[in-house]
Amino acid sequence: MAFHLRRDTARLLALISPSLTWLVVFFLLPLLIVFAISFGQRGPYGGIRWDLTLANYARLLDPLYLRIFARTLAISLATTGISLLIGYPMAFFIATRPRRWRNGLLILLTIPFWTNFLVRTYAWLLILRDNGLINLFWTGAVHTTIQQLAAWFPLPWWDELLRATAEPLRLFGTDGAVILGLVYGWLPDMVLPCYAAVERLDPRLVEAAQDLYANRVRAFWRVVFPLTRSGIIVGSILVFVPCVGAYVTPDLLGGARTMMIGNVIYSQFMMVRDYPFGSALSFVLMALMLMGTMIYFRLGAEEERRLA
Amino acid sequence: MSRRSPGTPPSVQPLGRSRWLTVHGVMTYLFLYLPIVILVIFSFNVSRYVGVWRGFTLQWYRALFANEAIGAALRNSLIVAAASAFIATVLGTMVAIGLERYRFRLRAFVDALLYLPIIIPDIAMAVMLLLFFVLSRISLGLWTIIIAHVAFNISYVALVVRARLAYFDVSLEEAAQDLYADEWQTFRRVTLPLLMPGIIGGALLAFTLSLDDFVITFFVAGPGATTLPLRVYSMIKLGVTPEINALSALMLVISIVLVLASTLLAERRVG
Repeated sequence: MAFHLRRDTARLLALISPSLTWLVVFFLLPLLIVFAISFGQRGPYGGIRWDLTLANYARLLDPLYLRIFARTLAISLATTGISLLIGYPMAFFIATRPRRWRNGLLILLTIPFWTNFLVRTYAWLLILRDNGLINLFWTGAVHTTIQQLAAWFPLPWWDELLRATAEPLRLFGTDGAVILGLVYGWLPDMVLPCYAAVERLDPRLVEAAQDLYANRVRAFWRVVFPLTRSGIIVGSILVFVPCVGAYVTPDLLGGARTMMIGNVIYSQFMMVRDYPFGSALSFVLMALMLMGTMIYFRLGAEEERRLA
Repeated sequence: MSRRSPGTPPSVQPLGRSRWLTVHGVMTYLFLYLPIVILVIFSFNVSRYVGVWRGFTLQWYRALFANEAIGAALRNSLIVAAASAFIATVLGTMVAIGLERYRFRLRAFVDALLYLPIIIPDIAMAVMLLLFFVLSRISLGLWTIIIAHVAFNISYVALVVRARLAYFDVSLEEAAQDLYADEWQTFRRVTLPLLMPGIIGGALLAFTLSLDDFVITFFVAGPGATTLPLRVYSMIKLGVTPEINALSALMLVISIVLVLASTLLAERRVG
C-alpha cells in the first residue's frame, strides 16, 4: 500500500483539519476553560473572578462533599458488583447455547440498551414509586389477602403484617432504587466483554483440567476464571465509569438523600451558579474517569501481549 | 464432574449447561424486558395509575398527537439529529481516512483527541460546553445543541469508519489503478463504495446518539430549543400524565424497530 503512505501533506490537512478544528474549538478549548475557571472564584451576581486559588479544591475536602464522593463511589462499586454477578453467568448462558441462537440472544440483550435512557428509567419509576406497580400490589392484593387470612385464622402476627402492608414500601428515593436503575442501564456493557472472553475460551483447556482430576470448582478458579479475567475487567470499567458520572438515574429514581457527584455538578451550575466550584468538581470527576480508562487501556494492552 | 455426551460440540463446561444457568438467563431477560412491557401495556390503560387496569383506550395516544409542544420538540430533535449526524459523518469519515492512511507527527494527538469525547462523562462535557458558550457570548439555541452533538458524534463516526478501514483490502485499489483509474476515480468507484457500510453505520449511530442525548442537550439548549428528551424529562418531572406513558411506549417501539432493521440489514450485507 505504498502509494497511500506518500506524504501528501495538503491532502492530509484537508482530511483532518475540519475535525481537528471542530474538536479543538468545541472540545479542547472548553476543557481548558473549565480547568482555568476551577482556580477562579465566584464573583458577585454569579459571575467569575479570575483569581488563582485552590479554594475550590480545598472545599472538596469538606465532609459534605467527601460524603457525596464516597456515596458515588459506593453506589458505582455496588452497581459494578451486581452487574458482574448477573452479567458473568449471563455470558456463560449465551456462550453455551447452540451457535445459531447466540447472535439473536446478544441482540435481544442490547435492544433495551438502544432505547432512550430517560424512558428506561421512567419505566422503573412507574414500578417503584409510592403509587407504582409494586406498591399497588403490596397495599392492595397483599393487604387484602392478609386481612382475609387474619379473619380465618386469628394468629398474633397478622396485626404487624396488616400495619406493614397498609403503607407503601419505601422503594423510590433510596440508594437501592438508584443502583437498580444503574444496573438496568449498564448491564449489557458488562455482558458483552465477558461473553467475548468466554467465547474465546478453549474448551479443551477445561477438559484437560478435568482429566487431571480437578473438580468443577477447581477447574473454574484455576482455568476458566483467569482466562476470562480480561472480559471481567473490561466489563467492570465499562459499567463503573458511566456510573461515577451518572446524573439522570439518581435524579429520577433517587431522592435528596441519594445525591451523586453528577447531581452536585448540576446544582452548582444550574441552581447555585457557582461556576468555579462546579468546574473543580467536574475536573475531579474527569480525572477519576481518565484514571479508570488508563487502567483499562493498560490492562487491555497487557492482555493482548499475553494472548499473542 | 460433568462429562459431555458424544456428539455434542465442545462447550465451556464448568458452569456447564446446568439448569441454574438457564433459569438465570431467562430471569435476566425478564428483568430487561418486564419494565418495558409494563410501560407499553399501561400506556393503553384507561386509569391514570399503573397497576390498576380499567380497560383499553387510545385516548393518551390521541392526546399525544394533539399536543403541539411535543410535535415541536420532535421537529427540533429531528433537525438536530439530521444536521449533527450529517456534519459528523462527513468530518468523521474524512478524519478516519486521514488517520488510517497517513503517518504523521500529530497522529497520536489527533487519536487521543478523538477518544476523549467518548470517554468523558456526559455531565462534564455538558458543563464544559455551557461555560464555553456563556463566556464566548454565543446565545444558546438549536445551533449550540448541533455544535455540541457534532463534537461527540465525530468521534463515534470515526471509530466505526476506522474499524471498516482496518479490514480494507488495499489490493482492490491497486487493481483499479492498474486498470488506469486515476486517484479520484479509484476513490469514487472503489474506496467509497467499500467504505459505505461503515459510513452508513456511523451515520445511523450518530443520528441515534443525537436523538437520545439528554444531559448535554439539557445544558446547552436555549429557551425554546426543546428537544424530545428534554420534553420527556420535564413531563416526568412535572408529574403524572399518562401521555408520557404513550410517548415513552412510542419511542421504545420505534427504537426497537430501528435496531432490528439495522441489524437485519447488516447481516444481509455480510451474508
